[in-house]
Amino acid sequence: MEKKQLSLPLKPEELETLRAGQQVELTGLIYTARDAAHKKIYDLLSQQETVPFTLENAFIYYVGPTPAKPNQVIGSAGPTTSSRMDKYTPLLLEHGLKGMIGKGYRNEEVKESIKRNKVVYLAAIGGTGALLSTAIREAEVVAFPELGPEAVYRLTVEHFPATVIIDSLGNDWYIQAREKFQQERSTL
Amino acid sequence: MKVIAYDHIVEQVAKLCQEANFDLGEDVISAFRQAVETERSPIGKDILLDLIENANIATENRVPMCQDTGVSVFIVELGQDCLIKGGTITSAINEGVMKGYKDGYLRHSIVNNPLTRDKSETYNSPAIIHIEMKAGDQLVIHMSAKGGGSENMSALKMLTPADGIEGVKEFILTTVENAGPNACPPLVVGIGIGGNFERCAYLAKKSLFRPIGQHHQSPIVAQLEKDLMKNMNEMGIGPQGLGGDTTAIDVKIELEPCHIAALPVAVNLNCHASRHKELRM
Repeated sequence: MEKKQLSLPLKPEELETLRAGQQVELTGLIYTARDAAHKKIYDLLSQQETVPFTLENAFIYYVGPTPAKPNQVIGSAGPTTSSRMDKYTPLLLEHGLKGMIGKGYRNEEVKESIKRNKVVYLAAIGGTGALLSTAIREAEVVAFPELGPEAVYRLTVEHFPATVIIDSLGNDWYIQAREKFQQERSTL
Repeated sequence: MKVIAYDHIVEQVAKLCQEANFDLGEDVISAFRQAVETERSPIGKDILLDLIENANIATENRVPMCQDTGVSVFIVELGQDCLIKGGTITSAINEGVMKGYKDGYLRHSIVNNPLTRDKSETYNSPAIIHIEMKAGDQLVIHMSAKGGGSENMSALKMLTPADGIEGVKEFILTTVENAGPNACPPLVVGIGIGGNFERCAYLAKKSLFRPIGQHHQSPIVAQLEKDLMKNMNEMGIGPQGLGGDTTAIDVKIELEPCHIAALPVAVNLNCHASRHKELRM
């Protein structure tokens, strides 16, 4: 299947033309953050304090990698379950976050916020951390080093594969893909 | 009386933890290959092929197949005529886990206190260890590296006798439905029926240690496993929840006697990275 090439950061018109179900490959800078980092970012934003990296136009990848071996840029680095970040996500989107990469469902509040802020939610293939790490060229801890695997890393990725799950119109590919498959299957 | 040195167990367990994370079992890989043949969704097929490629990279480069290298769960069959010299089996296993995870660059994923979320100071431990006493002098250690995402979507329900088999089926299928893409399908679904509240959860976990494709020895239970798998694969969830035939690659049931008032059911979901290894001494 044809994969749309995306160079980060994305222009608003590029973001808004992405559609649920599209296969994409990301090249550029993304930040990592999962549960513990989200809590810290959320608390800082709630207290009007500065977050130690810029959320404006950023993409966040929900991942807690394994430690890098001596010859590696990063260890295995596949997506973790996104719904655990739902509580924090709308506030991050209001502060300029433009994209999230994870796996699994988002709640209605997050979907509404994705639509309102015209951003995008992508999924990478869960459980393929060894394969996905080959698309990561550089990795540097930029915030909360005390969190270990949950620290915020800035990653340079090349052709990082993902699927658009929720687009800026609020279409949800988890719902649509399943309906589409069930319909097609009934005709097979 | 057989005597096994404590340090020997530490070394062997450390090796087992790394092998579980680097080398996906042939049983799982052949289930993927089989699913590639039957999967009718093109993206579903691509995902299954990626899972095979990922497993190959992990084995070749000695890296974990998934960044969630899991909580280490052990089922130990300890023969009554087997003596561990130099310490307890529990501490030998925990020491082996710490060593295996640290030296193998596996992730430390354990918090000491679930409420304060303080990180445990012992690398990826304590492990969850179940000991079953056996006759004879053998020591068999079964290990599973169990991911958190699929564990989170697992569920337990105290049904009543009136709910019957239909109620049991409904609860199992609802659990899989609710998990959708979150538990990283294609799934291995472990089911415990009977016992009591905590026992049925253990049975569900224990069933996940059986090789993929090995059905329950009772033909009636084996049939129930097959029927449930058919139902799951008709849901259309598919690999990674992106639509497809392959929602589950295996369904496993363990049963035990229970109270006349009870019908406990536990569903322990496992992601496609079903990492289980065995060590015999």
